[in-house]
Order: sequence, then structure tokens, then C-alpha cells
Amino acid sequence: MRSMRQGIGMAMMAAAFLGAVLPLTASPCMAADKEPYKIGAIFSVTGVGSFLGEPEKKTAEMIAADVNKNGGINGHPLELVLYDDESDTTKCNLNFKRLAKTDKVPVVIGPSRTGESLAVVGVAEDMEVPVITCASSYKIVTPIESRKWCFKVAGSESDVVGKIYDHMKSKGITKIGVMCDSTGFGASGKEELVKLAPEYGITIVADETFGPKDTDLTPQLTKIREAGPQAIVNWSIGPTQILAVKNWRSLKMDSIPMYQSHGFGNRKNLELAEGAAEGVLLALARVNVGPLLPDSQPQKPVIMAYKKAYEDLYNEPVSSFGGHAWDSMNLAIAALKAVGPDPAKIRDFVENTKGFVGQHGVFNFSPTDHGGLSKDDLEMVVVKNGDWALAQ
Amino acid sequence: MQKRDWLIFLAVAVFLAIFPFIAARISAISHYIDIMVFAGIFSIVSLGLCMLMGYAGQVSMAQAAFFGIGAYTSGILTSHFHWHPLPAIPIGCLLSAAVAWLVGVPALRLKGHYLAMATLGFGEIVHIVLNQEVEWTGGPSGLVDIPSLKILGVRISSEEAWYYIVWTAALCTLIFCFNVLRSRVGRALRAIHEEETAADAMGVPTARFKLQVFVLSAVLAAIAGSFYTHYVTFLNPGTFDLMWSIRFVLMVMLGGVQSLWGAVLGTVLLTFIGNEWLRVFADFDILVYGAILLLVALFLPDGLVSIFPKGRSASGNV
Amino acid sequence: MDFGAGWVQYLFSGLTTGAIYALVAIGYNIIYNVTEVINFAQGEFVMLGGLMAVFFVGTLHFPIPAAFVCAVLTVSCVGLAMDRFVLSRARNKSVLSLIIITIAVSILLKGAAMFEWGKDPYTLPPFTQGEPITIFGAALQLQALWVLGIVALVVVLLSIFFHRSMYGKAMLACADNPRAARLSGIPVRQMVLLSFLLSAGIGAAAGAVITPISLMEYDRGALLGLKGFGAAALGGLGQFFGALAAGLFLGLAESFCAGYLSSGYKDAVALLLLLMVLFFKPEGLFGSREAAKLKRF
Repeated sequence: MRSMRQGIGMAMMAAAFLGAVLPLTASPCMAADKEPYKIGAIFSVTGVGSFLGEPEKKTAEMIAADVNKNGGINGHPLELVLYDDESDTTKCNLNFKRLAKTDKVPVVIGPSRTGESLAVVGVAEDMEVPVITCASSYKIVTPIESRKWCFKVAGSESDVVGKIYDHMKSKGITKIGVMCDSTGFGASGKEELVKLAPEYGITIVADETFGPKDTDLTPQLTKIREAGPQAIVNWSIGPTQILAVKNWRSLKMDSIPMYQSHGFGNRKNLELAEGAAEGVLLALARVNVGPLLPDSQPQKPVIMAYKKAYEDLYNEPVSSFGGHAWDSMNLAIAALKAVGPDPAKIRDFVENTKGFVGQHGVFNFSPTDHGGLSKDDLEMVVVKNGDWALAQ
Repeated sequence: MQKRDWLIFLAVAVFLAIFPFIAARISAISHYIDIMVFAGIFSIVSLGLCMLMGYAGQVSMAQAAFFGIGAYTSGILTSHFHWHPLPAIPIGCLLSAAVAWLVGVPALRLKGHYLAMATLGFGEIVHIVLNQEVEWTGGPSGLVDIPSLKILGVRISSEEAWYYIVWTAALCTLIFCFNVLRSRVGRALRAIHEEETAADAMGVPTARFKLQVFVLSAVLAAIAGSFYTHYVTFLNPGTFDLMWSIRFVLMVMLGGVQSLWGAVLGTVLLTFIGNEWLRVFADFDILVYGAILLLVALFLPDGLVSIFPKGRSASGNV
Repeated sequence: MDFGAGWVQYLFSGLTTGAIYALVAIGYNIIYNVTEVINFAQGEFVMLGGLMAVFFVGTLHFPIPAAFVCAVLTVSCVGLAMDRFVLSRARNKSVLSLIIITIAVSILLKGAAMFEWGKDPYTLPPFTQGEPITIFGAALQLQALWVLGIVALVVVLLSIFFHRSMYGKAMLACADNPRAARLSGIPVRQMVLLSFLLSAGIGAAAGAVITPISLMEYDRGALLGLKGFGAAALGGLGQFFGALAAGLFLGLAESFCAGYLSSGYKDAVALLLLLMVLFFKPEGLFGSREAAKLKRF
């Protein structure tokens, strides 16, 4: 027994050693005329944020393959160095340093989520490597003095809330109930909902929270119903947003309109809700509703092209998250094309990009705005016959 | 510490001292130093936990909570109240010690599964509080704008500086733990671990010693938490949940629960396994991780140090 | 304010969730009673049960009752395999090793489920179609009745099993004193296997019946396991009716706390309750003090 134990232990040590040495031998050799341009990427491909990271990874890989098929960037092949942060801030922090130090990438796209993004903004500033995150919190790009190297391509919560409140105002709604999950997504949504309400003359009469893995939301909805709001806003991601709709329907609360966050903008949610989502309203980026847009919409061509390419390749519908990766990837490519692999020049290029037509809107960056989007880049959408339709 | 331990200590210290120079020479592992910083921080936690589990024989599934109390105390004092990071560290330790004492008095009367359960419940409560007290902790989106560590007015931002600070602290902790184990307390702890009733009967104040070690482990976790805060300069509750408490337990188990060296070894290995070596397996890493745990628990219950024949006997009588 | 409707609604919600916690807790107890092992993979059985039912209904197009039975049987086999291939090799390990082993198994099950089903949530059609029933202005989903019904059925069957059948009595004997049980000719080894089989099956039943209400995805197990564990401890480890009562109580406490106090802190309330019980009455709310003296805390 003793010797067997030692044998196993030795084998494990050997495996660990191999793991340590392996990266030394596996240096990629590329047979290209010009030195490849690198783009670093960190996405939450596994873990709780995987529903974001998965389509982001697929999109980034698709674009990289496409660029290389068409001769690369100014003749340089494009090398995408992609790491998974497993939805863990410590890992994300390490991945970023690895990209900057070992892989020496001039620009990083991602991370997928706000928490992981905030865990790297400090490092990006210290190491002077521009990062274009796919997360939405305003904290990623403010205060601008200490976020010189940080950009984001996801619309701010305040834009989404503004769009929703505009719609409510047009319907004469002034009293609402709010329910958010206890993740970073729900918390930042709640923050904006509470902050912007007075500006639009809206009173929040009920304010509820639930866990991301809760199995029943009827207590929260019941409590909201008792406060007598004219509309309900649910701000969550994952299964709870479907649960919210199902419970709302089964409690026969459908006379009170339900608004969802942009997180609901995935066709799969409509299938899972099994018809319970009829009439749910949400503010969505145009990438989700490409075919519904009028032809005059400037974003329509890029959205339709991305949709076709992605759906042909992966045989699954596009999501707004993949759209973030499209935007950040193409911004990085545009920068590399214009100024080459120099982090400082890429930063300056992105900061001065105007009128960049992407999946999530027309981006206008400036030295004071590293987000580049506004609420006009969103569309109000309603669920109708199990599909999206533009809301009136 | 025995002569043998001093020799190992010297070898390890020399290796740690020259590691950054080696890593810097080889570009494929130049980022290993970043991982080593985290490994050093986590080592401080697992040393404390090793004292508690391996020597006092008590299980704690709440180490991430004490890690979090230290981290958030430092984070809040420096970001909300603009304290200098250095005085914030002892405040975190004090708070963590106080909480550990309050929880430890009733909890340490329990044993085995029940103690595991109680500490686990406590850990989850801390996690929920970190999530809910948005005004102070920033809630789930996290606490931002935490300053980096400053010593004598110099901001510590280079990885190398952090590496040396963290590992110096870890090695000091190691020596401290060795000394505790050699003292009267250490002998009493081993007696508790062997047979608590007998120790009690011999007049060893078992309850007091267990509590002291519990508080010590909480203080060490809090120190590590402060380092983590100022190194990453961002906190969110995800780093302080049950999964992390389990991870700390695993670090100690992997190396060898009855050996301080084992705790450090296990921590370094697990940090590398989790952050670097399983990358080749991509999506399969969760399965590989589970398999490693299972194999260690089944075939190496005394941890990796048990494969070094002499190490085992030496750690038995520190 | 329509106070009455709210009250009843919280009651319904609490009972439904609580029933699931109770089933998980009973699963913990069955294994604990025979082996003194706390099986941290218990929550994963629930997850597997739900996803297996989805597989049988969605992919193989079984009718729901058949899918339910198949899911329970498949997961029971998983439980059996877990004991046969893993835990039987670790009989004499320390409490800590056992905890780590079951955690490792739960990670493996979760990983395997992630490969098989991906990370998206899945749903099942409700067992009976129909509009929710309205009672005192509160809506009760038909599926919730199924949940309660199945819990009741499990409890009745289990008590018959333990008090009437030879195997059940033998299992109880193992729980009381394994050594004495072995001496009197009870095949303890088989009883252990049986306990894993039963407990995995019960977990799977919980998973399959809750999926139409709450959806199911690969990483749901851990939290359900934790809550069920809380219920098991609250009721006193090893106590069946304690687990049932504590599970329902926990569900109700959460639901009413979310309704009347703070929905953010509802999980903390349940845990605080658990801590208080452990600190001041470690044998559990429904455990007997005398029996507790025989066990080690």
C-alpha cells in the first residue's frame, strides 16, 4: 500500500512537472512572411458567466479566422490569444498579466463581466495596455483620469434604464416595482433604476432582491403586487429571468406590464418561458433584432452580415453578447490596421474613434467618454407570438 | 524547528529568492511570478488553517470568510476613509480575531461534521453580508478604487516587489508557526489532536487552546486578505465564498494536513494547477480538478509530503 | 393592501421550496444513518434527476411518468456507482477525507453534466397541464401539488420501508450500531449500497418534479445541497421526520422572510437559524437529547 501510494504521488508530481515544462516546448511557429499581430482576449468561457463568454469566444475566433483568410491585417496574420477567466476575478487578473507580459499583446479585448473587468482596470493602467471590455458598468470607464487605458463596448445600464423609463413615461406609468438578482448585474441595474427614477418622475414602490439560483420568485412578486405598481422591472440574468416571467404569469399578474433588462435578449429565453413571456418589454441593442430594422438603419448591413456568418458557422442564433465581442474585436483590428501593434497608439486611436458602426450601436469615443454609446442605440422591443417585435 | 527543517527552509528561501531571476530569463514562464504572488498570499491562509486542521484537529470551512473580513476591512478603510494601507492591516486582523473569538466560543464545542457545518454556515453568512451591504462593500459589483500598498511613500506596483514582500511574510509566518508548535501550546495541540478527552483529563485547557489556534488562523487569513486587497486593488464577494473556503482546505489536504511544509507545497501546487496547468485541458479542467482531488483524498490522505519518506516522520515530531 | 392573499402565497411558495429541501435532507439522512458520511454530492443527484428527466422527455420522447421513473432509476445507479467505486474504498478515512471525497465526486458529476447538457437551463412540461388554482386570492401551480404529493409519497413509502420491511429494519439497525448489526448477521455492505441507491433516487425524484417549476441547469446542485444540508442539520442528522419538518420550516422561513423582512437576507436567516441550533441544541430541533448523547458532536 505504501509503495503504491508513493507511486501515485510520484506520478502526480511528475504530471505537475510536465505541466510546468510543457509551455517551454510548445512555442508556436508560424510560417508567415510578416510577424503576426496579436490580440489578447479574456472571456468567461466557463463558470457562472459562461453564457456571455461562450458566444464571445466563438465570435472572436470566427472573426480572427475570417481576417486571416482574407490576408490578415496589412499582410500580417492575426493571432488571437484567448484565455478563459472561469468567471473568477483572481484568474482574470492573472490572465491579463500573462497576456501583457508573456504573450506581449498590444491590446486586450474582454473580460466578459463587470467584476472581472474591474479586477483588471488597475493592471491595465499600470502596464499601459489598452483593454476594451465587454462589460457594461460605468465604473469601468469612470473616473476617466484613472481609466486612461480602459474602454468598454457594452452600453451602460443607465442607457438601458433611460430607454425603459422613456417608454414608461410615454405610457403614463409613474409607480413601479423593481426586482433584481443579487449578482453584480442585478446590483448595478438596481443602482441605476433607483438613481434615475426621480429624473423621469417615477416612484419605486417596491424593491425586491433574489438569489441567482433561487427556485421560486412568487414571494417577491407577491410583495410587489401588494404595493400596487403600474409596471414591474425585473433585472437579472440566467434562469431567474425566466422564472420571473413564469411566476408573473402563474400569479395572474399579467395585467401589470413586465419590463426585463437587456439580459433577457436571448431567443432561448423565449423558448424556455414556453409562451409565458408574451408581452414582456425590454430595451435591446439592435444586434438582437436585425431583421426587424428598417433598411435605412445604418447598422443593418453589419448586423445582418454578422448574423449570417455566425449562424452559418455555429448553427445557433446570435446573441447580444457575441455582438460585444464583434465590436471589441473589430475596434482592435481597426486600430491595428491603422497604427500597428503599439499599445499607446492603439489607445489613442480607439479614444478618437468616431462613427464606428458596430453591432451595439454607432460608437463615438472621446477623451471624456470611453463608452461611446447612448440610449439612442437601443430599441424598445416586445415579445409577440414567441418572437421579438419593435414596441410602440 | 529541527535542523532538518532549517535546511529545508534555507533551500526553499534560496530557491524563492532566485526564482524571479529564472522566470524573467524564460519568456514562457515569465508570468509565473504573478501566480507565485497569489500562491504566497494563499500560503499565509493555509498555514493558519494547517495549524487548525492538522495540529488542533478542527475543521474550518470558513477560512475564506476571515480572508474576506481582512480584505474588506483594508479595502473599506483605504477607499472610503482614505487611510494609509499599513495601519488598516492590523485593524482587519483585530476585527477578524474578534469575530473568530465570538464564533469560536460556541462553535468549537462541536466536532467533525457539526463543526464543518457550523463554520460553513458562518462563512456563507459573511458572504451574504458582503453581497448585501452595498453602501460599504460595493455589493456584488465589487469595491473599487483601493490604493496599492505604499511603504515609506513608495507605491508598490511591480510584481517583483510584491513577490518578495508576500513571500517574506509567508516565510515569517512559517517560522512563527514552527515556533508555536515547538512551544507548550504545540504539545498541547498535538495532545488534543491525538485524544482530546485524555488531554482534558491531564489538565490541558483544551477549549482555550483550540480557541486560540482558531483565532490565530483567522488573523493569518486576515493578513493575507489585506495583501490580496492591495495587490489586486479590487474586491468582490466571489473571492470569499464557500468554494474558496473549500479550496483552502484542499490546499492544506493536498500537501499534507500534518505538515506546515505540506501546506505551502499544496498551496503552490493548487494555485498553479488552478490557474495555469489545467489550461491545456480547456473545458475538461473541471473534470481533471475533480479527479485530482479524488485521487489525493483516496490514495494520499496524508498529502503529497507523505511521498517523501523522511518528511513524514520529521513533521510528526516538529 | 390585500394582506390575506400575500400570506397564503408565501405559504404556498414556502411549502413547495421546503418540500424540495426536505427531500434533499432525507437523502442526506439515509446515507448518514448507515455510514456516518455526509454526502456533499447530494445536491448533484437533484440536478442529475432534473436533467435526466429532460433527456428522457426531450430527446427520447418518453411520456412524463416513464421519464420520471427512468430518471430516478438512472440516478440511483449513479449513486450506487459512487459508493461501489469511490466511497467503498474510503471506509476508514477521517471525516475530513470523506468530506473532500464527496466534494470531489460532486465536482465530477457537475463537470460531467456540463459536458452532456452544456450550461443552459432546461425546462420540462408540467406533469399536468392547466391554469393555476386560486385559493384565497393566491395562485397555486398544479406542479406544486405534484411536488407536495411526491414528497408525501416518499415519506409514506420510506416509513413503511423502515418499519415494516426486513431491509428497512436492517438499515435502521445499521444506523443504531453498525458493529452490533454486523454481529447479528446483517450484511452491512449491502445496506450501505442500498442507502446510496435510495438516497440518489430520492434526490432525483426531487429534481425531476421541481424542474417544470424552476428549470434546471448543471450548477444548480450545490445550493440545493447546501439548503438541504441545513434542513438535515436543523432537524437533527438522521431524523426522518425531523428532516421533513425542518425542510418545510426552512422553506417557509425563507419565503416569509422574503415577503415581510428582506428578500436579500432571506438566505442568511436560514443559515443563522442553523447556527443557533448547532450552538445551542446540536442534536437538532427535532433530535432527541438522549440519542444525541450516543453520537459524537
